[in-house]
Amino acid sequence: METLLASLRISVATMLICVGGYSTAVWAFGQTVTPGTAEGSLITLPNGTIVGSRQIAQGFTPPKYFWPRPSAVDYNADAAGGSNKSPTSADLTKRAEETIARYGATPQNPLPAELATASGSGLDPNISEHAALYQAPRVAAARGLPIAQVEALIHKQSFKPGGFLTSAKLVNVLELNLALDQRGS
Amino acid sequence: MLLQSILFVALIVGGTALISWPLGRYMAWAMDANAFTRLFQSIGGASTRGTQDWKQYMLAMLAFNIVMFVVCFALLALQQYLPLNPDGKGALEGSLIFNTAASFTTNTNLQHYSGEVSLSYLSQLAALMWLQFVSAATGIAALAALARGLAGRELGNFFVDVQRATFLVLLPIALVVACLLVSGGLPMTFHGAAVATTLEGVQQTIARGPVAAFVAIKQLGTNGGGFFGPNSTHPLENTSFWTNALSMIAIIIIPMACVWMFGRIIGRMRHAAVIFGVMMVLLLVKITGAVYFESAPTEAFANLAVEQTAGNLEGKELRFGPTGGPLWSVLTTSTSNGSVGAMHDSLNPMTGLMPMIGMWLNATFGGVGVGMINMFLYMVVGVFIAGMMIGRTPEYLGWRVEAREVKFAMLALLSHGFFILVGTAVFAATPWGRDTLNNIGPHGFSEMLYEFTSAAANNGSGFEGLGDNTMPWNIATGLVMLLGRFIPIILPLAIIGSLSAKRRSAESSGTLSVEDGTFAGMLIATIFIVGALTFFPAATLGPIAEHLTYMK
Repeated sequence: METLLASLRISVATMLICVGGYSTAVWAFGQTVTPGTAEGSLITLPNGTIVGSRQIAQGFTPPKYFWPRPSAVDYNADAAGGSNKSPTSADLTKRAEETIARYGATPQNPLPAELATASGSGLDPNISEHAALYQAPRVAAARGLPIAQVEALIHKQSFKPGGFLTSAKLVNVLELNLALDQRGS
Repeated sequence: MLLQSILFVALIVGGTALISWPLGRYMAWAMDANAFTRLFQSIGGASTRGTQDWKQYMLAMLAFNIVMFVVCFALLALQQYLPLNPDGKGALEGSLIFNTAASFTTNTNLQHYSGEVSLSYLSQLAALMWLQFVSAATGIAALAALARGLAGRELGNFFVDVQRATFLVLLPIALVVACLLVSGGLPMTFHGAAVATTLEGVQQTIARGPVAAFVAIKQLGTNGGGFFGPNSTHPLENTSFWTNALSMIAIIIIPMACVWMFGRIIGRMRHAAVIFGVMMVLLLVKITGAVYFESAPTEAFANLAVEQTAGNLEGKELRFGPTGGPLWSVLTTSTSNGSVGAMHDSLNPMTGLMPMIGMWLNATFGGVGVGMINMFLYMVVGVFIAGMMIGRTPEYLGWRVEAREVKFAMLALLSHGFFILVGTAVFAATPWGRDTLNNIGPHGFSEMLYEFTSAAANNGSGFEGLGDNTMPWNIATGLVMLLGRFIPIILPLAIIGSLSAKRRSAESSGTLSVEDGTFAGMLIATIFIVGALTFFPAATLGPIAEHLTYMK
């Protein structure tokens, strides 16, 4: 009985401090220091509409936009997930064939691997600079822009995610498309 | 590329190993009598003043864990009526509640639900995050008691120990890590999901919540349960290369420090260094294997117009770099963490074997507290075998190891294999398992093998394609998690009870040293024979068969 009572008392104490106190402290820190990202890195247009989160991929299908990596959950940011298919699975071959057809990739101009693979969350917001340049001719043609201008924008927006610890540069697809739209209109 | 990978692994693993030394020293102080002891005694009440024998210590631990389970169960079952539910999450199914409560009580964090789909913020914080603190503290307390027993001291009082581990060890570190994660871009909000209108004009609902606080303790306490379904692959749970690096450090730091804490309490730092070295060797072997095997491109694209220069990117996030996924998969399964930074189901077949080996051994640093306890079991068996081989009375730290202790140790170690292999066999032979697979052939077998391995090892990661939210899976893995948690805590405490009834002899030149390379070699051999060979046949049916059949 005493054992049970001690368990209950400690449960209350840990609940108050580790759930109530700790969560509140971290919340207050976040709202003070990084209020933007603490709310989910939302991007709001001047007219007040939320166009998405800069951390979260969204689907793009028209040729005038850069396309993100395939998503096993169709970019559902309310129920994220990966394909969970084995890399030896015939299902992945089939999915990749459809993707290749959509991009019009050929053995001479093969598709960058990340554009054929779904990410773990289905919400990977980035593609590599290489995969963006791969798509630049399509985007430039669809927008009637000189390709050099599109490529310059890609280079301007690309970043190394881990500094000297990574070699490939990445681009955030939503931000790249936003920049294009703002330039084009 | 290769140089960057090596540098990255060295920085994460080596850097954390360095920090673990002072942390182990701090933990030894925190878990000993100090200025806070009186405060913790007054919080716990009258019964927490005295010291406990091993049975009282165990019963106190069980009582507290039963309360943990019941509170979590009640909060989950009532979530639709409780506050902090901005997205109006509804009722959960009974067997799922049982599985989830068992999962978080046992420090496993196997998740048959998806956080952003099913749980309110109150359920996430008060039911699950609370258990992420106190279940981890339970493990640290058990290790402290075991070490004190080996040092010939009184075991202490569980109720005081669990508060020391919670308030002095986990809470301050979690606070620091959570603030760093928030600064790195993780959300920490009580607002419900945001609704965006995408550039294409489609509605996108973006789940968010008090993520940063949850993630910090999920990693530090080797819990591993994700706020979101896809765990640390989710961009709002792990926003960048740097939050990924910090998360990996948080995964292994306390398990590493536990070895040093153990060494300080028993007063044998050289012995602790040998144990640390053995664990480190095993860890590095698995990391090398995983990074190597994952550098092979996705086999399904072998004959397609896809570049074959990068490694396998299915189930991976680009921002973590090429090494992030496989490195994480080993760290999270060497410790009993179980969060994922890449989808394990989509790892190359032999890469997927590395996490399984980690969980089969469950002692390459292992879960907070309990990993070192598992290593203690291997050491008991190891010194017994060595003693038999050289014809001397087996001793460990001056304690005579006899039939009774070895029986307990073997029972604990073999129960691990029993749960995994029998569970997998039953589910592979029946629709319970067969009808829930996401992949065919040997990979489907791997999904079931991984699920029982993860449950028994209290890990919590999964080959997540498995449709595991069914009544048979919920109940079977729920029971395996409970047995896989408490058997390897209770039996070692029983060994301590049995040892301390004997007279401790002074170590002499005739005693097998526990501080040299011979001991290290013997320990690795024991781990290999008891741990690895038990599972080799199962491995050949799953990952090895898949590799040989499908990889060119």
